Amino acid sequence: MTRDQALFQFLLRLGDSTLILSHRVSEWCGHAPVIEEDIALANTALDLIGQTQFWLELAGEVEGKGRSADDLAYLRDVWDFRNLLLVERPNGDFGKTLMRQFLFDAFQSLMLGKLLKSSDKRVADIAEKASKEVAYHVERSAGTVVGLGDGTPQSHTRMQAALDDLYPYVGEMFVSDAVDAVLIKVGIAPDPASLRADWDALVGRVMQDATLDIPKDAFTHKGGKTGTHTEHLGYILADMQFLQRAYPGAEW
Amino acid sequence: MVIASLPSVAQVWDCLDTIADPEIPVITLVDLGIIRDVKWQQDQLVITITPTYSGCPATRVINEDIVSALNHKGVKNLRLERRLSPAWTTDWMSEKGRIALEDYGIAPPEAKGTPARCPQCGGDDLERTSQFGSTPCKALWRCKSCLEPFDYFKCI
Ligand SMILES: [Zn+2]
Repeated sequence: MTRDQALFQFLLRLGDSTLILSHRVSEWCGHAPVIEEDIALANTALDLIGQTQFWLELAGEVEGKGRSADDLAYLRDVWDFRNLLLVERPNGDFGKTLMRQFLFDAFQSLMLGKLLKSSDKRVADIAEKASKEVAYHVERSAGTVVGLGDGTPQSHTRMQAALDDLYPYVGEMFVSDAVDAVLIKVGIAPDPASLRADWDALVGRVMQDATLDIPKDAFTHKGGKTGTHTEHLGYILADMQFLQRAYPGAEW
Repeated sequence: MVIASLPSVAQVWDCLDTIADPEIPVITLVDLGIIRDVKWQQDQLVITITPTYSGCPATRVINEDIVSALNHKGVKNLRLERRLSPAWTTDWMSEKGRIALEDYGIAPPEAKGTPARCPQCGGDDLERTSQFGSTPCKALWRCKSCLEPFDYFKCI
């Protein structure tokens, strides 16, 4: 695997994860429990779609086949997506959506922190922009997890169920493979496994404040980063890609 | 004739300082601090812009507004460049822009991360109602003196 082939895969992992999470979060638009949360979720989705634009545009440039960010988002099928399985999980209730957001934000803030020092300036520049936004996201999602976890008996029970349900999907964030090995060697990206200790510390603190118990079982679902997805991704793509498939090249 | 009529770099800055932010029309693109560089490269005008937020939907409108304003000034050969680093910060907002924001009812960004006073009554007994607002750059606050809600331009 060449440096650029590895970088292309890595950029898809970043860009597809923000794209699919953005789509999931945007499903709340008009449905959130209160207007402030509706606006906050829409803004979060907007930040994520903006970051997606940067990551996938660079992915297309690195690939060198003339594919734009839109081409990559709208014209690939499930097996070509490289997003984490965590972000394609259905939204569930509001608490579960914010739990998924927090688990992801915690990882993303650490990953972007390392990418600020990437040897590839294009990657470092995007990380610099995105990390400012993600700092806001993680502050909010952590605050909501604590508020609901340490809330009423009902909200506590739901947040514990959300954590139990989503936790088997967090391990995939830290799996490192041949793609990472190439990029670690040239200083473009960190070893994802090296982020685990800081993530455990951050998530541990927040779950303690939220009075939630982190599951002991270390079983991990994985495969999203290499293109093996759950059935949910197909439905997301059917929704997201419909317009470009039915009306190729349609513009806003 | 055509060459002689092209605007200088200073005139281009003046022109950009007349283009309103599409979402907050009381401040200009220059006030916002998103215009990072203006230069002539031979007969091509190059304007470097940095986005406020990654997904800000105003970005496309801003680009179109710049092109149309400069076309109007006779500049046809124009290139817009995007610069992500250093990332946009509200420190780049002009003093003129900060005053205009407050007059308009939006509390300007503050380094400490919270608004200095209510843009309506000047009161300082304030509370945040949401970290996000009607556009990516704003948060929702409320004044406990006059009880009015207001927008705060987030400090990033
Ligand atoms: Zn007031």
